[in-house]
Amino acid sequence: MDNKIICRCEDLTEEEIRQEIRQGARTLDELKRLTRTGMGPCQGKTCRPMIMRILAEETGVRLEDMVTPTVRQPLVPITLGDLAHEEN
Amino acid sequence: MKKTAEVVVIGGGVSGAAIAYNLAKRGCKDVVVLEKEYLSSGATGRCGAGVRQQWGTEMNLRLSMGSMRMFERMNEELEYRGDIELTQTGYLLVAYNERQWEQFGKNVELQHQFGLDVRKLKPREAREVVPCLNIDGLVGATYCPTDGFCNPFHVTQAYAEAAERLGVEIETFTTVTGIERNNGGISGVVTDKGKISAPIVVDAAGGWSQEIAMMAGLELPVYSERHQVMITEPVDPLFAPMVMSFQHGFYTQQTPHGSIIIGMGEKDLPHDTDVRASWQFLHKMSKLITWVLPPLEKAKVVRQWAGMYNMTPDKTPILGAHPDLEGFHMALGYSGHGFMIAPMVGVLLAESILGLPASLPMDKLDVGRFQRGELFVEPSVV
Repeated sequence: MDNKIICRCEDLTEEEIRQEIRQGARTLDELKRLTRTGMGPCQGKTCRPMIMRILAEETGVRLEDMVTPTVRQPLVPITLGDLAHEEN
Repeated sequence: MKKTAEVVVIGGGVSGAAIAYNLAKRGCKDVVVLEKEYLSSGATGRCGAGVRQQWGTEMNLRLSMGSMRMFERMNEELEYRGDIELTQTGYLLVAYNERQWEQFGKNVELQHQFGLDVRKLKPREAREVVPCLNIDGLVGATYCPTDGFCNPFHVTQAYAEAAERLGVEIETFTTVTGIERNNGGISGVVTDKGKISAPIVVDAAGGWSQEIAMMAGLELPVYSERHQVMITEPVDPLFAPMVMSFQHGFYTQQTPHGSIIIGMGEKDLPHDTDVRASWQFLHKMSKLITWVLPPLEKAKVVRQWAGMYNMTPDKTPILGAHPDLEGFHMALGYSGHGFMIAPMVGVLLAESILGLPASLPMDKLDVGRFQRGELFVEPSVV
């Protein structure tokens, strides 16, 4: 068992990511939805390169061919109060 | 990919997966599910994840209450390796005018007839359920403690894996490009990866269901519109139930994970399949939600997204066979509440396709109702 933490926001280990790929996940989007990797405060900025490397090792898909999840605002977490008080 | 099948299900959302599982469970195992991206990549995986039973019509009450019973034992029934994360922390529906409050009263009467535990609360009592609720202008609220939250990705995955164990084939990243007909019936489905001959097709394509129907030469009275959602980082427990207002069209719930989901139905949206997220939504939504639940001011938004509601003229789904094309079955037009009734829809569609006795009469939800002018008016939709 490899217990290295890969996704710090959601506390996911390398082994958990590899398990999910062995169960059939083939894309970053599937891994995100099944394990929550990339859904935390960093939105994948920390973990994504590592997850992509693991996915490449497990599936043989080249990094440059990998489809990445859609990047949307906000780029950094922002409080609802700041959003509510800011003028359009 | 198989060259022939008994049934081809188009759409790898919760509906398609639940229908495939229920077909296989009843012995019809020669089934293929076609999904153009990955499982729950469409409306299912983009929904607000709420499961409620507080509806205003008998049909929706029976669909949602029956589905809740199934969610409650789903991990065991589907022998899921994960967890569908059902948490029954209730739904609090808030009324801001007398007319709405009167409607809530009628709904509660009907709900009680069906044995649903739901209570009418005065504003002060509503604040006992959600202590941080701003009760300015609130007339009353109804609260059902057994409504709640469930994880749409895992429910879909659980159905899909159980279906596969029974022999169903699931083809992801496979796009349907055509439907072939012969003498009044269906002969097959064409995809970008080849053709499958099949006499029965189920259109469970969510936001694209009208496009699939068009491939079979059928025009459906449905359209898709974009609805947006945002989510905060996980915070300490702040409120338990889903809080929902039909007046403002918003809903918000703290998930078991601690993050708070906030969504809203906007007016006058374009009828298309656009799922881009907008800044305007973040502004509008944050102004409204910090007024309703002031402590949310301090919560940080980490992500926003959008998904499609597949809308029918009466905001109630179309279920069952199409009268003009033998072998074409529909599970579509959920109008924003497909996830929470999917377990029952899976059972009903399988029964209808296989000609088995129906667990509940769904003929009122046929596509013919729009031509007959027998609209099914559900008073409780965001």
